[in-house]
Amino acid sequence: MIEIENVRKSFGPLEVLKGIDLTVEKGEVLTVIGGSGSGKSTLLTCINGLEPIDTGRILVDGTHVHAKSTDINKLRCKIGIVFQQFNAFPHLTVLENVTLAPRKVKKMGRAEAEEIAIKQLNHVGLGEKRDVYPSRLSGGQQQRMAIARALAMSPDYMLFDEVTSALDPQLVGEVLDTLKMLADDGMTMILVTHEMSFARDVSDRVAFFHKGVMAEIGPPEQIFGDPQNEETRQFLSNVR
Amino acid sequence: MFNYTFHWNQALRSLPQLLEGALVTLEIAVLSMVIGMVIAVFFTLFRLSGNRYLNAFAVSWIEIARNTPALFQIYMAHFGLGSFGIHLSPYAALLAGIAFNNAGYLSENFRGALKAIPDTQSRAGRSLGMTWLQSFRLIVMPQMFRVAFLPMTNQMVWAILMTSLGVTVGMSTDLAGITQALNARSFRTFEFFAIAAVIYYIIAKIVTLGARLLAARMFRY
Repeated sequence: MIEIENVRKSFGPLEVLKGIDLTVEKGEVLTVIGGSGSGKSTLLTCINGLEPIDTGRILVDGTHVHAKSTDINKLRCKIGIVFQQFNAFPHLTVLENVTLAPRKVKKMGRAEAEEIAIKQLNHVGLGEKRDVYPSRLSGGQQQRMAIARALAMSPDYMLFDEVTSALDPQLVGEVLDTLKMLADDGMTMILVTHEMSFARDVSDRVAFFHKGVMAEIGPPEQIFGDPQNEETRQFLSNVR
Repeated sequence: MFNYTFHWNQALRSLPQLLEGALVTLEIAVLSMVIGMVIAVFFTLFRLSGNRYLNAFAVSWIEIARNTPALFQIYMAHFGLGSFGIHLSPYAALLAGIAFNNAGYLSENFRGALKAIPDTQSRAGRSLGMTWLQSFRLIVMPQMFRVAFLPMTNQMVWAILMTSLGVTVGMSTDLAGITQALNARSFRTFEFFAIAAVIYYIIAKIVTLGARLLAARMFRY
C-alpha cells in the first residue's frame, strides 16, 4: 500500500504539490491526469524518493520513503518507475539493460538474471531483440524495454510517468497494450498519462490534479462521465 | 655552404638500440596514461561529489597541469622534490611528471564528456535501486569514456612525445635519451635525430590506428 499524507513540495518559490493526501491499495490501478505543471509527475518521483519532499510523508508498505533511516536503494527495488524519456542505457544490449540491476543490485547470478530478463522481454514482445543495442530499437520498443527492465526487479509497484508522451502516434498503441497487460496481471500501478480513453479503460480510480492540488478523485465513470469539480470538467472538455 | 656528408649507415647500425629505447618510451607513455586516467576518474568524482575540499584539490591540480610547461612539471618531479629530500630516479620523475600532466588534461576531457550524458541516465540507474556510485560506474562512466575517447587518444600521443623531455632530467634509456647518447658519441646529429623522429612518428601513428580499431571493437553501439 502507498500512503501519501499531506505532501508538500516546492521548487524554489514555486509550490508544485500543495498538500496531497492519497492512498493506493495493493492491486489498484490509479491514473493521474491533469495539465502540465499540475504536479503529477513530481508526485511520482517523490514516491520513489528521487525527489525530496518539504512536509508530510509517504509510506510504501509502511516504510517511510524520505526518512534518513530508510535504505532507499532497497526500497526502490520494490517500486519500478518508467519515464517519459525511455532512458535506455545505450552502451548495453537490450538483454544487458534488463539484467544490469538484478545482477548488480540484487546480486543475482548471470544465468538467473538472464532467465528473468528473457521472460520479461518475451512478455513485452522483445524476445527477438535481446542482443541488439537500444539505438536499433524504435521509440516504442525502447519504452517496452524500459518497462521490462523495471519489471525484472520484480517490483510490487509500478509508476509510469507519461510513458507514451514522447512516442510517435503509431507507436503509442504497443506501449499501452503492454500497460494494459500489466494491469490485467494485477500489478499495482500509478500512471500519469494524457491518454484519456486508455485511463478510462484500465483505471480503478482516476485522480485529477490541478495546480498542485488533487482536485478530484473517483472511479473513471465519475471522472469522465460526471465530473464533480469545475476544473475537472473544464480540463476534460479541452482535451477531448 | 652545404658540405655536410650524410652517414646514414652508422646511424642505421644503431637501430636496434633505438628501438629498445622506443619500447621504454612506449612503456612510460602507457603507464603515465593509466595512472593519469585513474587519477582523472577520481578527480571527476571529486568534482561531482560537491565536497569543497576535494573539488578545490582537483581543480588546483588541473589548473597547474594545464597551464604550466610540461618540462617544468617533470623538472619539479626530479629536482623540485629533490629539494625536499624526495629523490626520484629520472625514470620515476619522468613518469610522475607526465602522469601529472595527463591527469590534468584527461580530467578536463572527462568533464566535457560528462556534459554529453543526460542526467536522466544516472536517474534511471538510481530508480532501479543502484547507489550513486554504482550508477556512475556502470552507466555514466562507460559512456563518458566513449565520448572522451578521441581526446584520450590525442593525450596518449602527446604523452609519447612528452617522454622526450626526459633527457633534461638525465633519462638515458628511452628513445630520446639513447638518441642523445649516440649523438654525443658520433656527432651524427641530423641522422640520429631524423631516425628517432621517424620512430616517434611511427609509434604515434600505430597508437592512433590501434585506438581506432579498439574503439570500433569496444563501442559497437
